[in-house]
Amino acid sequence: MAVIDLANPTRFLSLVQRVLPWLWGAALIVFIIGLMQTFNAPDDYQQGATVKIMYIHVPAAWLGMMGWSVMSVAALGTLVWRHPLADVAGKAAAPIGAAFTFICLITGALWGRPTWGTYWVWDARLTSMLVLLLLYLGVIALYWTAEDPGRGSRAAAVLTLVGAINLPIIKFSVDWWNTLHQPASIMRTGGTAIAPSILYPLLVMALGFTLLFFALHFAAMRNEILRRRVRTMRLIQAQTLAEARA
Amino acid sequence: MRAARLMQLAADTLTCIRGGRTVFAGLTFSVSSGEALTVIGRNGAGKSSLLRVIAGLVHLAAGSLSLTGGESEASVAEQAHYLGHQDALKGSLSVRENLAFWIDFLGGARGSLEDALAAVDLAPLAGLPAGYLSAGQRRRLSIARLVAVQRPLWLLDEPTSALDVQSQDRLAGLMRAHLKGGGMIIAATHGPIGLDAPRELQLGPTGVAQ
Amino acid sequence: MTPFTALVLRDMRLAVRVGGGALMGALFFLIVVTMMPFAVGPDLKLLARIGPAILWLGALLATLLALDRLFATDHEDGSLDLLMMGRMPLELAIAGKGVAHWLTTGLPLVMISPVLGLMLNVELKAMGVVALTLIVGTPALTFIGLIGAALSVALRRGGLLLAVLVLPLTIPVLIFGVSAANAGIVGPEPFGPPFTILCALSLMSLVVGPFAAAAALRFGLE
Repeated sequence: MAVIDLANPTRFLSLVQRVLPWLWGAALIVFIIGLMQTFNAPDDYQQGATVKIMYIHVPAAWLGMMGWSVMSVAALGTLVWRHPLADVAGKAAAPIGAAFTFICLITGALWGRPTWGTYWVWDARLTSMLVLLLLYLGVIALYWTAEDPGRGSRAAAVLTLVGAINLPIIKFSVDWWNTLHQPASIMRTGGTAIAPSILYPLLVMALGFTLLFFALHFAAMRNEILRRRVRTMRLIQAQTLAEARA
Repeated sequence: MRAARLMQLAADTLTCIRGGRTVFAGLTFSVSSGEALTVIGRNGAGKSSLLRVIAGLVHLAAGSLSLTGGESEASVAEQAHYLGHQDALKGSLSVRENLAFWIDFLGGARGSLEDALAAVDLAPLAGLPAGYLSAGQRRRLSIARLVAVQRPLWLLDEPTSALDVQSQDRLAGLMRAHLKGGGMIIAATHGPIGLDAPRELQLGPTGVAQ
Repeated sequence: MTPFTALVLRDMRLAVRVGGGALMGALFFLIVVTMMPFAVGPDLKLLARIGPAILWLGALLATLLALDRLFATDHEDGSLDLLMMGRMPLELAIAGKGVAHWLTTGLPLVMISPVLGLMLNVELKAMGVVALTLIVGTPALTFIGLIGAALSVALRRGGLLLAVLVLPLTIPVLIFGVSAANAGIVGPEPFGPPFTILCALSLMSLVVGPFAAAAALRFGLE
């Protein structure tokens, strides 16, 4: 099925109906495998079992960034290719990406408490993730405050693309800011050379998260299409009643 | 029908100055229970300003307004309905929620809500967000406010604008019922609004009544 | 339902439905507080020391921004005319709008301030004190802000005029709010005096705000 066929919302809805159960099932299975592997993975010689938060924290961070990439592609679809479902895809992806970013921040804070002694430090990565979360919340606000879905999506698409361009710049400047001010405590960044016994569970969890993302994304897109249909039907209801008297 | 208590709105040498310009001066007229007064004149003659002055929304430079026979403690504005160019509706609230708010705020009875919606034929749309309504439907919702909350004096600024013929007839019926019940109407209009030979107040270019 | 309650509930409903009003204020608060370490540096000790001040400034700016449209929307759709023709004195109607504004903007700010305090390395006991000063002081910010909102509608100017008018008026609230917070955290000055003065400022603004705002509206609407 070509992408252009998916432009028809009804076709898309029937596709989602067929694919969604498989996505949920696949995500569940991969998660179970991943969690089992996480349990069996070795402890860190300094942090002990605490390091295993990494298996949720790192994939959540990846997914948070992937979410913005999905939104950027959707934004191009809205502005450049005028794909009818592109703005639905963007609007649906934003809360999911924001949620993963939020999970990354929370798990980072929980990880930080035993390792750094405090819930929050302004280190480069956490700060970048926080800025990403703020950008997400801004785009979500834009999508949801627009009265007319079409206009709001175009504005949000512009913001998404501006954000995509800005994200590397923000990341760079935050890194620079962080090296400028020497933080008081010592950061453990989770290791540069990753042994296979740690890497494989990480990748499996990442795959599980990705499948979960797309399952949620498709479900959210379906909901948004249905929501717009309800709105259109209500508008027609008001219109027919207005025309019936003329 | 309410007990007919004879009320009279007396206006004495009303003068209004807006933005340094004298809009009208020396206006004297009166309206009694059961009477309607149409205010006519060119655009800019001051029809809307006159209504807003009576509604207490624009400062009166000179002259006096009094409403006898009504509540002694209440001002003229508190005993009047004002139907201006805008509809005072919130788009994100439903039709019913909009009307219910004004009933509660202006001191009406909640029980009259459904009757008021039926009187303007908006009952089928009661649950719809007001933002979805057409201009004519929004106008009708504003008119429902006049029906739902009982106030003796109606100040109407071009009430038939945006209304189709059927709605105009319905409004004329509501106005007649209001007058029959002892109410008073002052309406600014460019053309006939369906009242039988109302008295006319002409605002001329110099702003003095003729 | 009394007219006052009806007005408060309507404004709250609108704030929640239109553009996620309540959350927008909290989001702005979050952003402003996040900006501070970028300017000041991530030194946790320094942030802990100026944390209360950052939270107070953030709350002030967030409250201010949400005030901008308070009367403007009602003025634009003609609701303000009808509000002035109600059975309730205009001062009371304005107070009702102020209450709704605080419940949908000020209160969420207070509720997320602990999380932000966490980010600024403010310790738990200190957070309690800061939240207490915020919950007592944010009504003052809202009600003083009413005056600026009414003036900017009356003068038909928006945006920065409101900020220019209102910010100086809120200086006492800011001073005593931060002072009470710091006294409560560090001492040695007692917490009582600045806190009681903060309460007094709030109570005073509950009265002065609506009266001044009503006068501004009446004057502005010719």
